[in-house]
Amino acid sequence: MSESTLAQLATSIDRREWVERVLTGTQRIDRLRRVRERTILTFLFLAALISIGTTIGIIYTLGIETVRFFQRVSIVDFLTDTQWTPLFTEKHFGIWPLLTATILVSVIAMLIALPIGLLSAIGLAEYAPDRVARVLKPVLEVLAGVPTVVYGYFALLFVTPVLKRFIPQLEVFNALSAGLVMGIMIVPLVASLSEDAMRAVPQSLREGAYALGATKLEVVWRVVVPSSLSGIVAAFILAVSRAVGETMIVAIAMGQVPRLTLNPLVAMETMTAYIVQVSLGDTPHGTLEYQTIFAVGTTLFVITMALNLLSYRFLKRFREIYE
Amino acid sequence: MTEREFDPRLPLRKRLGMLFGLLGAVAIAIGLVTLGVLIADVIHDGWRALSWDFLTSYPSRRPEQAGILSALVGSFYILILVALIAFPLGVAAAIYLEEFAPQNRLTATIEINLSNLAAVPSIVYGLLGLGVFVRSFMLGRSLLAGALTLSLLVLPIIIIASREALRAVPPSIREAGLALGASQWQTVRLFVLPAAWPGILTGTILALARAIGETAPLITIGALTYVAFTPQSLFDPFTVLPIQIFNWISRPQPAFHERAAAGIIVLLAVLLLFNGLAIFLRARLQRRIRF
Amino acid sequence: MTITSPNPARHIVQPAEPAALRIERLNVWYGKHQAIRDVSFTIPARRITAIIGPSGCGKSTLLRAINRMHDLTRDARVEGSIYRGEIDLYAPTTDPVWVRRHIGMIFQKPNPFPKSIFENVAFGLRVNGYRGDIAARVEEALRKAALWDEVKDKLQQNALALSGGQQQRLCIARAIALEPDILLMDEPCSALDPVTTIRIEDLMIELAHTYTIVIVTHNMQQASRVSHYTAFLLAGEDRTGELIEYAPTRELFLRPRDRRTEDYITGRIG
Repeated sequence: MSESTLAQLATSIDRREWVERVLTGTQRIDRLRRVRERTILTFLFLAALISIGTTIGIIYTLGIETVRFFQRVSIVDFLTDTQWTPLFTEKHFGIWPLLTATILVSVIAMLIALPIGLLSAIGLAEYAPDRVARVLKPVLEVLAGVPTVVYGYFALLFVTPVLKRFIPQLEVFNALSAGLVMGIMIVPLVASLSEDAMRAVPQSLREGAYALGATKLEVVWRVVVPSSLSGIVAAFILAVSRAVGETMIVAIAMGQVPRLTLNPLVAMETMTAYIVQVSLGDTPHGTLEYQTIFAVGTTLFVITMALNLLSYRFLKRFREIYE
Repeated sequence: MTEREFDPRLPLRKRLGMLFGLLGAVAIAIGLVTLGVLIADVIHDGWRALSWDFLTSYPSRRPEQAGILSALVGSFYILILVALIAFPLGVAAAIYLEEFAPQNRLTATIEINLSNLAAVPSIVYGLLGLGVFVRSFMLGRSLLAGALTLSLLVLPIIIIASREALRAVPPSIREAGLALGASQWQTVRLFVLPAAWPGILTGTILALARAIGETAPLITIGALTYVAFTPQSLFDPFTVLPIQIFNWISRPQPAFHERAAAGIIVLLAVLLLFNGLAIFLRARLQRRIRF
Repeated sequence: MTITSPNPARHIVQPAEPAALRIERLNVWYGKHQAIRDVSFTIPARRITAIIGPSGCGKSTLLRAINRMHDLTRDARVEGSIYRGEIDLYAPTTDPVWVRRHIGMIFQKPNPFPKSIFENVAFGLRVNGYRGDIAARVEEALRKAALWDEVKDKLQQNALALSGGQQQRLCIARAIALEPDILLMDEPCSALDPVTTIRIEDLMIELAHTYTIVIVTHNMQQASRVSHYTAFLLAGEDRTGELIEYAPTRELFLRPRDRRTEDYITGRIG
């Protein structure tokens, strides 16, 4: 009996007859089917295991080259030197220039994304009529779907020239434009996660507040937002993680000169931009330069993993309250 | 207790409420306006460079002759390869996790891994691909290495979307299949999967759309930025559309920037097509299946 | 004095006592469906008035119309008037926020905020700009709600840690902290066990010395135990609720004038 006739059988033949047939005359086919299904199941299982394999692969790949890196460069230097010049003749391997650049652009991005994202979420969830919200939400999601190269183009060739008219000392490559554009890109993430958190707050809480003579604004700010705070914080942390890991916007618009500075108007290089810079060149396997991108990659990975874990903790706490 | 002990300031509170509603509208507007400005700017910068020649020429040192042929072909090949690799594996993993996986530690570990992987920066996937596919598997900076790397990146997305589609199928369908004497796998294959198909397809198309726009992981595994040929085999070097755009942006001449903008228009058009296809398919297929 | 309405099948006795609320020809629609039709009666001050009827007859709809909760529902429409003294709560110039501040509501399922016990009771005071001693008012409200002794040592504890009955009493304290003159209670005991229910009923009777209480209940024994007046609502084939009979509780239960009231009380319908 082939698989495709099963569907027909199910509708035309009595089940008992079918079972009898299988058990009496066609046992061999039944056993064959079982073996075939077991193989299929194994394939499915192995496919699921790939996710664990990927994680192991990431940890192994990053780890092994990072270990090799730290065999040649002291970890103290890595964590304390204030210069990053692995590609020059006089080599320094302090991570701080890259790290501060990453932090600086992420902070600027968060100053945009968090307030705008949260306000958008409140506007969509609590104020906008259903029909309007249903149209606006997917349109905002488009912001998240635009490839980051496009944002990089926009930052370098539109935002920077526009800003330069107001801030004449703005350099061609700078952290401000990149941060602003990155912030807008992250708005849908903050908005959608915050909105989910606010929707989970039961309507009965809102009604209780209204019944005490609160206005809509007070219900939102004094009841809904505090009640969904863990969820909103989880969303914020995830947004930071996204900003830290962003590559193309900063590679295009921020510059490729590692520089330890807090001035957003000048060029500097983030961790992700550095990895791109080295990958664009010809770096043979086994060289110190090759190993630097893994050391930087590990730092990046550790930071984003820590943020993701923290976000997950907050999300768990939030779910516990409402389930 | 008298009214005088309260200072309700109702008019002020109402005005604050309206102000806040306005703020919310402004916030939403900022997002929408930025999107509009971005699209307008790109079109304004690049529409003049769009032409049939643009689509069919190789990149060149001279901007007027530079085209995106190699990038388009590269993107196309990558897309096909990623679809062939990630789609079956992703759906298979999703089926296992939704329909067959027991509630044990291993399953929990797999699920934790999945949600972690979805949040890993894409450039880390590039490093993974560099270490494993380019070096250890000795594939070099080839089409195959790029496809495998991107497959790993989109796999969690396909799995999550497929799981949701499977979860949306009502349990009564599974029960009906089992009651007819079908085995669990037969039930999944003949009853559950067809019902979940629209959701799975939609999720996959959206994941592939994401893959088309990815730049960083492919740069890391060594996709070239100046490729004046089309790859002839799986082991050839290649480039993709976003990387070609990136290359042109990095050049100082404004003429190349115009080319980059044109490339962006093509890229956005392709993405629009994909998303439109996903929405269309979801609407079409869902009408046929009635629970 | 008996008022006979245009529909002779309805029996409505208007109480001779001073009125807290006068409901006149109240109609409520949800979208196209009319939930209640032409409800008119007077709620006496500082008495407990119960609204009974089978499920789906519009009891909650009627109650929520009193403190303008339907303003928050998108498709809901209200026509008619509810007079508190001289002021029509549904006049265009009447602010619903003001209405809700003076008419408190207790819900079926206790809904304390995920804040401390103290902050729950203080919420209404803070929002409405209370200028006196908040801590003193919180204590007073908790005492009146018969909850003070149980929580006085743990005011900063999260309100969700309290038992169901305690949470409901907290919600009552929260409402009476604002000293409303009218308290609306929507099946306040249906989520609680019988022992706790009796406690809350005793509390209600005590509170009725100070506040006017309107309670919706599907429990007829409860209505007959605590209320002074009872209104019976019933929905016909069109699922639109109408006020069938309204009388002092003893009269309604012992000598119901309408056949349908009698059927409901004796359990033949609903």
